[in-house]
Parts: sequence; C-alpha cells; structure tokens
Amino acid sequence: MGLLFEILAVLAGAKNVKLEVVYFAWVRERIGVPRETVQTEAETVAALVTELRAREDRYDLVFSDVSVVRVALDQTLSDFDAPLDGVSEVAFFPPMTGG
Amino acid sequence: MAVRVQCEDFDLGFEMAVLRAESTNIGALVSFSGLVRDDMGDLQTLELEHYPSMTTKALAEIEAEACRRWNLNATLIIHRYGSLKPGEQIMMVAVASRHRKVAFEAADFLMDFLKSRAPFWKKETGIGGAEWVDAKEDDEAFLKRW
Repeated sequence: MGLLFEILAVLAGAKNVKLEVVYFAWVRERIGVPRETVQTEAETVAALVTELRAREDRYDLVFSDVSVVRVALDQTLSDFDAPLDGVSEVAFFPPMTGG
Repeated sequence: MAVRVQCEDFDLGFEMAVLRAESTNIGALVSFSGLVRDDMGDLQTLELEHYPSMTTKALAEIEAEACRRWNLNATLIIHRYGSLKPGEQIMMVAVASRHRKVAFEAADFLMDFLKSRAPFWKKETGIGGAEWVDAKEDDEAFLKRW
C-alpha cells in the first residue's frame, strides 16, 4: 500500500520527502520524542511547522510562539524562511545556552 | 587550534601548560572557565544537553572565525556535557598570542559566540524541581559588539 501510494504521489507530481526531525531541551520534552522521520511536502521550514502544528496539539503548543524556537538545517543554524531543498535533518530547539 | 566536547572533567592548569609549551613566541595566555553556579544554595545538578553532530562543527567555526580576526598562536575550547554538580567546571577557552590585548579580545569573542551559537542547553534540578535555563536577552545583543 505504502509503495503504491508513493508511486501515485510521484505520478500526481506531489513533492513528498522524508526528513529526519530532531528536537532538543524543552522542545524535545514537549514533543515527547528526541527524533522522528517526517513525510512532508513542505518546501520551507515555516511550511513544515504549519504541517506539524496541524497534526497534533503537542506540536501546535511548541510552535505557537516561534520566537522562542530556533532551527538548524543539516547541523547549521538557519531560519524559518529557509527552503528545505536538499536538506536531510531539521532540528528544533530553544535559544542556545552554551558557555 | 583545538575543540574538545567531552563528558569528563579537564585540568585547566595542565591545558595551560600544554599551550605554553607549544612555542616561545607566546607573550600572553588568557583563559576563561565557566563553572556550575549555585545562587540559592539549593541546586543539585546541572544537566547539559547538546546536539552531538552539530556541536563540534559549531565550536570549530567559532574558533576559525576568531583565528581569522586576530593573529593567534593557539586556541583551545573544551566544553562538557552530561550531569554536573555545583562548583564543577563546565567549559574553558584559552587563547595564546604575542600580546595581551589580542588574547583578551579573542577570548571575549569566543565566549560571546559560545553563549548563543554553541548548541548546548542547561537544565537545573534543585529541591523544588527541574527547570530549563533561559537564554539571556543580552546574549544575542553581545554578538553585535563584534
């Protein structure tokens, strides 16, 4: 079924990409898992956030104020407007507190 | 030029001696070490979480930027993760250069960037429960000094 769905999706021209999504600190605690694979059609980080928020309350809650959430794409700090083209790992976390 | 991310403690004096022995062209050696501070006397542990695949890369980039801006003989960044007790060392930076001002400035720069660009998060557990340490608003503003 999964394969059939994927073939149909490709035929329909839908962009369907698998992303590794990782979470840290209180973002990880509130989402409830440290990492997950997400199937998405999102072309930007912001679109991915919108998709996640629509899924379940826990995502909606974490991303209700993105001013307190940072994002890294393939281990490099990025921003919510950034495209997901070619990206394999997206990380969401609170502002960093090193030192 | 070295970056180490580790769970175990480090010996600041030993690390300084290693840097000093690298060259006789060093006139100034500046170090900073950050400690687990217990303000209210009720802190039990400080848990340091990090993003392993990003941490070393981010620290190396910060260090490389310092080396581009100043003429440095050597730099060292050690940052720990895991569960720490009050009074323990969290991290250190050391900068060796020919003259004092450059070493102080570069160490200050490294610390400002480590604060808000190194992917670490701190959770304090005390008698009353556990809480994530918020980034300070100043931390981001300090980056604009450079």
